[in-house]
Amino acid sequence: MPKPFSRRSIIATCRWLVARGKKGCIDVSANSSSRGQLGADIGGTFTDIVLEIDGKTFSTKVLTTYDAPERAIIEGMHRVCEKAGVTPAAIGRIIHGTTLATNALIERRGAKTALITTAGFRDTIEMRTESRFEQYDLNIVLPEPLLPRNRRYTLDERIGADGRVLIPLDRTKIEVLAGVIAEAGYDSVAVGLIHSYLNPAHERMVRDVLQELCPQVSVSISSEVSPQMREYERFNTVVANAYVKPMMKRYLADLEQKLAREGAVCPIFLMHSGGGIISLEAAAEFPVRLVESGPAGGAIYAAHFAARFGLDRVLSFDMGGTTAKICLIKGHTPKTSRVFEVARSYRFKKGSGMPISIPVIDMVEIGAGGGSLSHVDSMRQIRVGPESAGSEPGPACYGRGGKRPAVTDADLILGKLDADNFAGGTMKLDAKASRQAVMNAIGERLTLDDETAAFGIAEVVDENMANAARVHAVENGEDLASYTMIAFGGAAPLHAGRLCEKLGIERMLVPPGAGVGSAIGFLRAPFSFEATRSVYMRLSAFRADTVAELLAELEREATTFVRSCDGEAPLEVTSKVYMRYIGQGWEIPVDVTHAAPTLENYRSMFEAEYAKLFSRTVEGLDIEITVWAVNASTRQVPPEPAKPLAALRQLKASATREVFDAFAHDRVKAGVYRRCELGVGQLAQGPCIIVEDETTIIVPSNAAATCRSDGCIEIFKRRSEPTARPVSLSIEA
Amino acid sequence: MTKPSTVFMQVMWNRLISIVEEQAQALIRTAFSTSVREAGDLSAGVYNRAGLMLAQAVTGTPGHVNAMADAVAHFIREIGPGNIYEGDIYITNDPWMGTGHLHDITVVTPSFHKGRHVGFFACTAHIVDIGGRGFGADANSVYEEGLYIPIMKFAEKGKIDQPFVRLVRANVREADQVVGDMLALATCNDVGHRRLVGMLEEFNLADLETVGEFILENSHRATLERIAALKPGSARGSLTSDGFATPIVLEVEITIGAEEVTVDFAGSSPVDPKGINCPLVYTKAYACYALKCAIAPEIPNNAASLEPFKITAPENTIINALHPAPVALRHVIGHLIPDTVYTALDQLLPNLVPAEGAGPLCNFQVSLRPASEAARRTGARRAEVLMFNCGGSGARPGLDGMNTTAFPSGVMTMPIEATEHAGPVIIWRKELRPDSGGAGKFRGGLGQYMEVGAVDGHVFDISAMFDRVRHAPRGRLGGGNGASTEICLDDGNGTAMAGKGRQSVPEGRRVKLALPGGAGYGPVVERDRTHVLRDLALGYISAAAARRAYGLSEEDIASVEAGLRRGDLPTG
Repeated sequence: MPKPFSRRSIIATCRWLVARGKKGCIDVSANSSSRGQLGADIGGTFTDIVLEIDGKTFSTKVLTTYDAPERAIIEGMHRVCEKAGVTPAAIGRIIHGTTLATNALIERRGAKTALITTAGFRDTIEMRTESRFEQYDLNIVLPEPLLPRNRRYTLDERIGADGRVLIPLDRTKIEVLAGVIAEAGYDSVAVGLIHSYLNPAHERMVRDVLQELCPQVSVSISSEVSPQMREYERFNTVVANAYVKPMMKRYLADLEQKLAREGAVCPIFLMHSGGGIISLEAAAEFPVRLVESGPAGGAIYAAHFAARFGLDRVLSFDMGGTTAKICLIKGHTPKTSRVFEVARSYRFKKGSGMPISIPVIDMVEIGAGGGSLSHVDSMRQIRVGPESAGSEPGPACYGRGGKRPAVTDADLILGKLDADNFAGGTMKLDAKASRQAVMNAIGERLTLDDETAAFGIAEVVDENMANAARVHAVENGEDLASYTMIAFGGAAPLHAGRLCEKLGIERMLVPPGAGVGSAIGFLRAPFSFEATRSVYMRLSAFRADTVAELLAELEREATTFVRSCDGEAPLEVTSKVYMRYIGQGWEIPVDVTHAAPTLENYRSMFEAEYAKLFSRTVEGLDIEITVWAVNASTRQVPPEPAKPLAALRQLKASATREVFDAFAHDRVKAGVYRRCELGVGQLAQGPCIIVEDETTIIVPSNAAATCRSDGCIEIFKRRSEPTARPVSLSIEA
Repeated sequence: MTKPSTVFMQVMWNRLISIVEEQAQALIRTAFSTSVREAGDLSAGVYNRAGLMLAQAVTGTPGHVNAMADAVAHFIREIGPGNIYEGDIYITNDPWMGTGHLHDITVVTPSFHKGRHVGFFACTAHIVDIGGRGFGADANSVYEEGLYIPIMKFAEKGKIDQPFVRLVRANVREADQVVGDMLALATCNDVGHRRLVGMLEEFNLADLETVGEFILENSHRATLERIAALKPGSARGSLTSDGFATPIVLEVEITIGAEEVTVDFAGSSPVDPKGINCPLVYTKAYACYALKCAIAPEIPNNAASLEPFKITAPENTIINALHPAPVALRHVIGHLIPDTVYTALDQLLPNLVPAEGAGPLCNFQVSLRPASEAARRTGARRAEVLMFNCGGSGARPGLDGMNTTAFPSGVMTMPIEATEHAGPVIIWRKELRPDSGGAGKFRGGLGQYMEVGAVDGHVFDISAMFDRVRHAPRGRLGGGNGASTEICLDDGNGTAMAGKGRQSVPEGRRVKLALPGGAGYGPVVERDRTHVLRDLALGYISAAAARRAYGLSEEDIASVEAGLRRGDLPTG
């Protein structure tokens, strides 16, 4: 085996950090007057801003300003500062997450970019996996590659599967290509060569020559952006990085300047898709790591409450207007993955988008939100989503011309929403329009009355989400019955109760600030960076010294990144290896942080994990390690545990209204509470409805709700009432 | 509660489909065979007590569609209804009662709820090896193709039959992986069973009978509605394949009736001496798949939705080969069945089906060994590497064909970086093949070039499984043919190699492959000029082809080339 993880690799990988000077090392606690922190999440419709200062939280939602996204941040910043009675100078740090990079990839609004790759592999990003994402549709259209074929160039060179050079790279050929790149006027170049994750020498040579001859061109190389095996994913990732890099670099520089001009002179950090935060400089260099940073913030938000309540197994459920996101959180940490798919073009179907291989919080996203539209298909089955009514025209009940029934229309008919008190009473809903839309599209075709048809819509969307959660759980070898749900996002609390029933989940929390959960999550995220390497090692050829050296190397790389953001805070380092039986294609992650690198340790830990996932182990087969990952992260201050509850006291509802209860299969009379009137330890018996400005919580007839010391609403099945302890679940041995 | 019960029935139908998808996922995660885990060559389904299939996972294997629907009935008959116990697991690789060749293992598990037998789970996967000659077309009978497992108990009342496992281990290469795959199949049925019990408990049901009736009734009615909407009639079509040594002709007659569509293959070639024959079950699957894509794509597969499609073929023909005909590469002929069906269907339902495409997956297996004793001592080793690759798909009535995309199979390729880790093979080239898509109003999808060699110190044999060498994909409605398959050595003379069979490659030489492109649809003169300019700029067609086939002027070609120097594509 070669030495793919030599010292020079880490030095080169982090070279840009050093090149960017000492700006990195900032002590965030230095300025005591700048005591607040600001979270800013740019989403598709709204930009959410949260200011935390002196133990208080202030939040606002501003419409996203597509032409100049920083404008919404600045407006929101002034609004929350005003609410808090401070000036922007009081902000000590800003943490930002944005869908800008994702949108640029979806809408193909990136830089003029070229790919340079190994001769013979010009079309890798176009040929994909050579399969169809939908088996029965003769007219599918494959997703276009980010770069058309004419922007893909090749060089004669080749690295072998053992990292050795099979065909050396001739500098003069790079020089010729640099001339072509310059003549065509490319802004950005991605370099992706075969087996470069094992030996990056040729990619670096290409970069160095380009920087010398075309200094104005931004260059990304795959061995830095995504040093992982599988050429399609790696090439696509470096292309995506190069594609959004000039734009993101400009945007981030602008943002920093404009915020400073408005008085917020403080470090700005970016949320990345892996659930940690990185410096502005790192984000500008590796903008592909910002993809899906908003939902990642949501998962961190849920993880924070998981820690506060001592919940080891949590299902985070985030449902907005267009999509629902589901994520598993174990041991207070969201599950992570090494590859995900962005820009799915066909009903959110797997394979219809493009793969990005970076450390990412692993979640499923499906087209199920309040705006999802429903219809009846040829089998007289009710279908919901992924098509969404969006905010224009919106569900029929918005009265803005929407004629097709959306999930929100069904929720209104079923009594889950109050037509006169939607969004804190700022918007009046038209129940008649909802009934009309539901009858036209569903009721008349299936001979159902409006309420049964609406129930059908709600059941189907809930079942879609439940199925997505179940498949996600089984892919991870988890049984959801032992999980607690944490629900946030505007539509989640309306559906979470029913979803829990379908998944056999007995408890759920709706934390305070659920409407701006992702932005709050940013403020809870650690500085973190995960360094990964693809290096194959069979356990039969296990070398303890090589393993120790490799892990140390990755640890140095990861900590260098984190130290560039925070020079002081204690660090937590975790090491994972991905292992499988020889001959299998799917690795499972095994945490080796606390294990001495011995053959016996690695084998037994793998076998334990494997048996947990698949109930048995396989005898007689060698085991191999394929990927090594080390994550460095600033240690999180554990959140203050939620206070235990004293005896619960029944609170009588001040009002009632009728709601259709899935459990009773009928309309039932439900108490209505305002969230602010439910005091700590007070009990609201289901069926009941808890309303607040941003959302409504539906408590089913077989459940009850109470308020916890931190303002979380806890909903539990009646036979499992919280005792005078924080909720905690038994963990199987 | 009568009305919501319809809603719950719908929910349960969705749930059963989700359960079989979970079942399939579990198999992908635990399987050893590359064709299962990378390529998705597997299937999974749930059945009622009578053995009628209620739901099937959508995987990359249309070839398993009917095979799966029929399989469980065979198991009930062979095992005996009075001999089914909780904890049993059944197994077979019978090509005629399973999915067409010995490499596919089918495992069936009866499902019990509260002590009562409620249904079955079944799954099928292509395993690494089954002994015999190894995977290829060279056998003269099924006896040479490997170990034959009749329908039998793999486990009874929870106890695995150890003598059976020993017998398997003694008869296959890679015994650990083969047994590992058999266990993976059993595990995936367990996953399905656990979810099913959860569903029965949640909805307080004793069994699957009511929901089963609902599913079958609705699917049957929906399929009949689709058929009733078609104009009745009858049409014939045919297609010629390279075959092994002699060409194979597939003849088909399709009749659309009031309540059924029949497909009859009378007149097709007789059984071939080599292993490219299809058992009828496999023929039915691909014929049915072709019809479903065209007529009822969104109706889920189950016993009732498949029932109105009647597929017949005379015995002892290539598409109804009887025991003991060799059948290992039945996919080569099977994958041509949709194109055959579409030649006839196009006459009955115009503007619906695509032109012919590359058809069969362009698979090959490379067997490597040390070039010399000296090489062996310095680390050269034996290895078997199987690769899946695709040519182009046929152009559609409103869309170009897809470049390097499988149809009718739905499997995936492996990354070449992963392939090169699997054995001492080097893939020097894998990229689009310009000018291979048939010209037309809509252009066929491009095939690809590949170049395969061995790491220094190794020599190799290649087991070729290609078709379309002598019979290129044919265009529809005036569209041009796709480019045919080419295979040769890189020895300066370009020494041609055979499209099928095991062939040795001289030391140091590479095999050069040009995989077929899809055919075109409609007359080339009707092609939108901007699409021609774009194809030229992207290099999908050469300047020569742009002139010759599409009549592009020298000025047009020059302007495209000028744009390319700026990195731009032609606009408008």
